[in-house]
Amino acid sequence: MQVPAPFEYERATSVEQAIALRAKLGDEARFIAGGHSLLPMMKLRLANPEHLIDINDLEELFYIKEEAGEIRIGAMSRHRDLLDSELLYQHFPIFRDAEKLIADPVVRNRGTIGGSLCQADPAEDLSAVCATLGATCVIKSETGERVVDMKEFHVGPYETAVGDAEMLTEIRIPTASNGGSAYEKVERRAGDWAVVSSGASVWMDGDTITAGRVGLAAVGDNTTQLDGVAELLAGKTASEELYTQAGELAAASCSPQTDNRGTEAYKRHLAMELTRRSLRRAVARAQGQEA
Amino acid sequence: MQVNMNINGEAVSEDVEARTLLVHFIRDDVGLTGTHWGCDTSNCGTCVVLIDGEPVKSCTTLAAMASGHDITTVEGLEVDNVLDPVQEGFMQCHGLQCGFCTPGMMLTARALLNNNPNPSEEVIREAISGQICRCTGYSTIVRSIQWAAEHGTPVSVGN
Repeated sequence: MQVPAPFEYERATSVEQAIALRAKLGDEARFIAGGHSLLPMMKLRLANPEHLIDINDLEELFYIKEEAGEIRIGAMSRHRDLLDSELLYQHFPIFRDAEKLIADPVVRNRGTIGGSLCQADPAEDLSAVCATLGATCVIKSETGERVVDMKEFHVGPYETAVGDAEMLTEIRIPTASNGGSAYEKVERRAGDWAVVSSGASVWMDGDTITAGRVGLAAVGDNTTQLDGVAELLAGKTASEELYTQAGELAAASCSPQTDNRGTEAYKRHLAMELTRRSLRRAVARAQGQEA
Repeated sequence: MQVNMNINGEAVSEDVEARTLLVHFIRDDVGLTGTHWGCDTSNCGTCVVLIDGEPVKSCTTLAAMASGHDITTVEGLEVDNVLDPVQEGFMQCHGLQCGFCTPGMMLTARALLNNNPNPSEEVIREAISGQICRCTGYSTIVRSIQWAAEHGTPVSVGN
């Protein structure tokens, strides 16, 4: 039987109170959102918090809305909400692509975007999704809030910019016209972690990619945003040749490891092919040729 | 710590350790053993219960997190000796063999039909994709849920 080690449990009643509690308890405490990453880690003693602060009652963190030229997503929005949101789909279909393949529908009823980003698992999909879209994260503390981009937010595997006395409260994504986005993932079986996944976002002027980003998951550290690929894409005319070049560069820019999900060579092949497919699809969407 | 919740319409209040998982609370503290405890890793789905009408894996939820909420377990599907159409469907269409996955399958099916009374086969298969049947009975499970969709309205809680 797997159960977590003993801890104290408290249910937060507001964001302010939750942050104050966290500031008081320091690194012995963790927030618990959906719990579908943290509780398995606690069962395995990979995480051993002495206090859990349950933030599931914080209704102020459940929303997906359009405001000030951005889509703003409350950190407690569940995977199911992200999958179902027409607003999100209309602006960023990459979310629906990714969410369809994150775990399974029952897990998606509980897991949250804030929890996924803060867990920062190297095989987690939403960090790459948010990074390719140029998202920023709102991090609150007792003294105020700061807004950081995904590069600053996602420090490395299981590590983010969120400090002991802070909380990720909102994800902001700038909306722009003529954009397109897509996510491609290969998994061994339904609901499994990715063998490799690739997200792509592009902004177009006619056939020209004015800006584009690609991020990968499950192929090593810090691949959620590949700068080299972004530099390659900027100002180029969309073509199959360009997608292949981007794919080859993506495959060379990651560090997959051989494990029971596949060999390093196979994963590099997937990084290449999935980058090509996600870019192709993102461009087709930007040009209104595909839903 | 004290946890209070409604299980199948009955108020339950118990003093438990904060680390108690909902599946163990339901089985060991409340004594409702219809909810099965399987993989312990949120993969197999036999521990699914409804929290406020929504299917959730109870091996990956703390009892404390469910406090204050309405829980439906498989025991709550039947009301006054009248079976839920989902239960009837599983009987009519041979939806179970060993029966281990059945409680979770039936609760997910009930939640699906509450939201979508006429789901396509694809939608049914997607809905139960977080649950594993090792008797390889998915076809009959899908047919059982289709039977329930075609026959009658639910008598149970979870709406």
